[in-house]
Amino acid sequence: MYKYDQYDQAIVDARVAEFGDQVRRRLAGDMTEDQFKPLRLMNGLYLQLHAYMLRVAIPYGTLDSRQMRMLAHIARKYDRDYGHFTTRQNIQYNWIKLEDSPAILADLATVEMHAIQTSGNCIRNISSDQYAGAAADEVADPRPWAELLRQWSTFHPEFSYLPRKFKIAVIASDEDRAAMKLHDIGIQLVERDGKLGAAFYVGGGMGRTPMVAPLIKDFVPIEDYLSYTEACLRVYNRYGRRDNIYKARIKILIHELGAAEYARQVEEEFAHVKTLGIDPPAAELERISAFFAPPAYDAGAPDSVDRSDPDFAVWLDQNVKVHKQPGYAIVNISLKPVGGIPGDASSAQIDVMADLAERYSFDELRVTHAQNIVLPHVAKRDLYAMWQALTEADLAAANLDLISDIIACPGLDYCSLANARSIPVAQKIAQRFADLDRQRTLGELKLKISGCINACGHHHAGHIGILGVDRKGTENYQLLLGGSGAEDTSLGKITGPGFDEDGVVDAIERVTDKYLELRDTGERFLDTYRRVGFDPFKEAIYG
Amino acid sequence: MAELRFRDDAALEQPAVTLDSFLTQSNATAVRLESDEDARLLIPHLDRLALVEVAFPKFRDGRGYSSARILREAGYTGELRAAGDVLVDQIAFMRRCGFDSFVPDVPLDAEAVEASLNFYGQVYQGAADAGVPVWKLRHG
Repeated sequence: MYKYDQYDQAIVDARVAEFGDQVRRRLAGDMTEDQFKPLRLMNGLYLQLHAYMLRVAIPYGTLDSRQMRMLAHIARKYDRDYGHFTTRQNIQYNWIKLEDSPAILADLATVEMHAIQTSGNCIRNISSDQYAGAAADEVADPRPWAELLRQWSTFHPEFSYLPRKFKIAVIASDEDRAAMKLHDIGIQLVERDGKLGAAFYVGGGMGRTPMVAPLIKDFVPIEDYLSYTEACLRVYNRYGRRDNIYKARIKILIHELGAAEYARQVEEEFAHVKTLGIDPPAAELERISAFFAPPAYDAGAPDSVDRSDPDFAVWLDQNVKVHKQPGYAIVNISLKPVGGIPGDASSAQIDVMADLAERYSFDELRVTHAQNIVLPHVAKRDLYAMWQALTEADLAAANLDLISDIIACPGLDYCSLANARSIPVAQKIAQRFADLDRQRTLGELKLKISGCINACGHHHAGHIGILGVDRKGTENYQLLLGGSGAEDTSLGKITGPGFDEDGVVDAIERVTDKYLELRDTGERFLDTYRRVGFDPFKEAIYG
Repeated sequence: MAELRFRDDAALEQPAVTLDSFLTQSNATAVRLESDEDARLLIPHLDRLALVEVAFPKFRDGRGYSSARILREAGYTGELRAAGDVLVDQIAFMRRCGFDSFVPDVPLDAEAVEASLNFYGQVYQGAADAGVPVWKLRHG
């Protein structure tokens, strides 16, 4: 875990003071809402349908128990006793009072947290692999590199008024658990001839014009990492369109220029930027990396687990993943109980997860882009006790990556941009497929729901995606098939005319029935879909 | 006359001409760069420039921040002015990008500007000002 030094703390404290001053000016009437809006947005404070929403940054989704408890405290003291973990590995609170927001930021600052750049047309919170530091397949821990980007991008004077918001992900494995190619910049750390470097994928994104990021450069030497990123941003800032917000993302620029021409311009800019001394010395990376040193594993920890409790064994098989250290495992806590709201957790549950992290996972937690929580380093001998505690707290849903592990945006229940509700649809689907045996028979099936074309619920990347639209004043749901946010990134295809709320649940069931009929041994839904194509499913849906 | 000026030399009285005019007129010493114009075109002519005015038609249009840095990085030392929809809470970023004078459409409260320039004692990254990135402070 990265720890602030005096400089980091001074910068966050300054932001608390600055924002407190801005809110005071707003409440005193010295500033109009129009003037205040860009300032509050720079602090993650949105005005939604019913109240202010505050989004708190969780850099690369990593936090410790002290920070997690603070998130519970904020839910209890300033909100309605719950928080919502987001697809950007952050948390947001839906019922915030403007006058409380300076106090909330002050509370967050006491545990090295903030809401800086969680909204606005700037470089947003850096996302990463939730298994960083625990996965066997990584070439390096991506978090020090994400932290370098966090510092470089914080209050970046040139890139705080970009054409649009800008999202960067850093991973270090071939298996992509962070939807890296659906970011404005996706960085994969790679090794070549024993040297670390970074592959840059630029111009991906979802929204109304989804695109998979093309590879712009396959190997940027690691000592050029920040300069190359700066060059990517500068070319975008100079040319990115300002006339139409729907065409302002970098994906549109790269689509219009062509990836090769964009890459050429970045290269030209980089040749200049590299002379500016933007890249910190290796000593700074070493300083940061030291915070992410492996925890003090027990080398003698037993590698076997007693599977005699059948319910525990189901959870173990579904939610627990292989750790690089023998005797340890990666635990996924699903925030998707049947009938629940995807990504929501009560303050009591957040406290339980904090306690478990402190006791069993070297004080560390991760938030995933699928809106779940990970305890990255759990000794296998502790798994059963942990599962019992999770069960007690209603946190032991054994549905990771199954059809009820749904990503959903807040939708029309909260969001002022939404055209349709997402949460009730997610709940109905989870209820329809509530039988866990049935879900396990269906296997890995990533279902993602957005309540409008902005795609915050990642519907383009769902094996099955749902897009809520407004059709003549009623909520209508379009179905998409074949998307993926993993290393085999693909964009889903709309099946045809949309459905009402119950109709879309029926349509999904026709799709899953068809899959069970068509699948070959060992095929996931996505594999079968790719093998047989769109038509058999379309016919099953519409007859 | 600029509303806010962070320079000791006398303000230039000559009006700024358009980029097109500047590139075809050999005697102009002040130019106005619209937000969609390429600052790099000025680089061969920096030695005869005393004022570059960069337009901010809307505060959200941040192209001018890059224009400013490009000019400073190329060695321009004359007056660099931000003009248009320039708001209090942008001045600090603009200063870091190299702007040293400001002509906002709506006059700014001097005290608020002063306060906004003093909130932050540290910066994380190098830019066109004298700010020292914290990684340099950490490692000397």
